[in-house]
Amino acid sequence: MCRVVDLQQAVLAKNTSAAQTLRTALAARGTAVVNLLSSPGSGKTALLERELGLARERGVPVAALTADLATENDATRLARSGVPVKQVLTDGLCHLEAHMLGRHLDGWLPDGTRLLFVENVGNLVCPASYDLGESLRIVLASVTEGEDKPLKYPTAFGLAHLVVVTKTDIAGAAAFDEAAFRANVRQVNPGVEVLLTSARTGEGVGALLDRAVAVAEGAPVHVPVMAGRQPAHAHGHGGHEHGHTGGAAGADTGRPRSATAPTR
Amino acid sequence: MHEMSIAVAVVAQVEEAAASAGAAAVTEVRLRVGELAGVVPDALAFCFELACADTLLAGAALAAEPVPGRARCGACTAEWPTGMPPLLVCPDCDRAGDVALLAGRELEIAGARFEDPPGQDPAPTREPIVEEH
Ligand SMILES: Nc1nc2c(ncn2[C@@H]2O[C@H](COP(=O)(O)OP(=O)(O)OP(=O)(O)O)[C@@H](O)[C@H]2O)c(=O)[nH]1
Ligand SMILES: [Mg+2]
Ligand SMILES: [Zn+2]
Repeated sequence: MCRVVDLQQAVLAKNTSAAQTLRTALAARGTAVVNLLSSPGSGKTALLERELGLARERGVPVAALTADLATENDATRLARSGVPVKQVLTDGLCHLEAHMLGRHLDGWLPDGTRLLFVENVGNLVCPASYDLGESLRIVLASVTEGEDKPLKYPTAFGLAHLVVVTKTDIAGAAAFDEAAFRANVRQVNPGVEVLLTSARTGEGVGALLDRAVAVAEGAPVHVPVMAGRQPAHAHGHGGHEHGHTGGAAGADTGRPRSATAPTR
Repeated sequence: MHEMSIAVAVVAQVEEAAASAGAAAVTEVRLRVGELAGVVPDALAFCFELACADTLLAGAALAAEPVPGRARCGACTAEWPTGMPPLLVCPDCDRAGDVALLAGRELEIAGARFEDPPGQDPAPTREPIVEEH
């Protein structure tokens, strides 16, 4: 005897609800998570070192958690900024999941932390599918990686709240075509802001911190098309495509902040 | 390779449903996988087989129904297949302020085929059953 049953369950439902729970719990403590995604070596740690240093100078309470398959090198580098830093070793897992992050924050995340930066495992495929309860998801690409990265990794770039170009100090040597990169980003995530940065020269370091602080203070974030804006929700957002500097455009304020929830 | 994590999640969810329905085994799992879900179907199939070992799903077949990406422009009402990599700017009016993704991000367990224990009446579970064979 066999029977065919109808289940209709989202595969990542568990992670999505764990992420939502974490987002709510952290919001109650006044903390916003910034999730950083990129290929290995794009310069996440180098940029983060600068952001943590600047946040400390400005008196913004920040902390950082970095996930790697192996070694504590990144945490050692980040700890030099003097802010609380934690290394998570994923034991071979290619991405962080919301419940893992929650577990690592228990008993560690200092009270009063405004921004928690999470450096995800260097990988543009897997981490893109997992909401960590972040308020701001940043996807980075360095000028040496080629302008077509956004098209090769559309899930990652398509779900970004903010796209960051790194290592602009060597853009000339790498013959980086900024216009082509921007056009490719627009194809998969129209309206998302692209911010140019260099950990070497400090370009964009202040602007990036401004964006993160604004989100922590409740500024609305960009809602990527891929994150599934439902047609029923359309309420006159014709042509606000260029108004998303720092997610400050007001058109999507009515939407829940969990912009990375998968479409159903 | 997060396909392993996804396969493990699928197996756990289906096994839970099968156990609570009193099934002895699961012979087939049907998934809906969107073109933009960020999952490689072949990798998922490979991982699924591994993840099924030593569970009620051992040896179960995986049927993954692909769901093409579709988007719609609210400004001019055009509708188009997104393709891969997806085009999420309107191909007709080149605007993007009111584009909605209609389909393509699905990663869902549609259903499964359960085997009942031999020589027993089917467990008296009602809700999820749609047809009997
Ligand atoms: N020229 C230049 N090099 C940079 C910059 N930022 C990082 N790098 C170099 O790029 C390499 C990788 O930088 P990391 O910060 O370790 O990159 P990551 O993304 O954290 O790498 P993983 O954690 O391994 O994924 C290092 O050799 C850095 O010195 C930059 O702004 N300019
Ligand atoms: Mg790093
Ligand atoms: Zn249009």
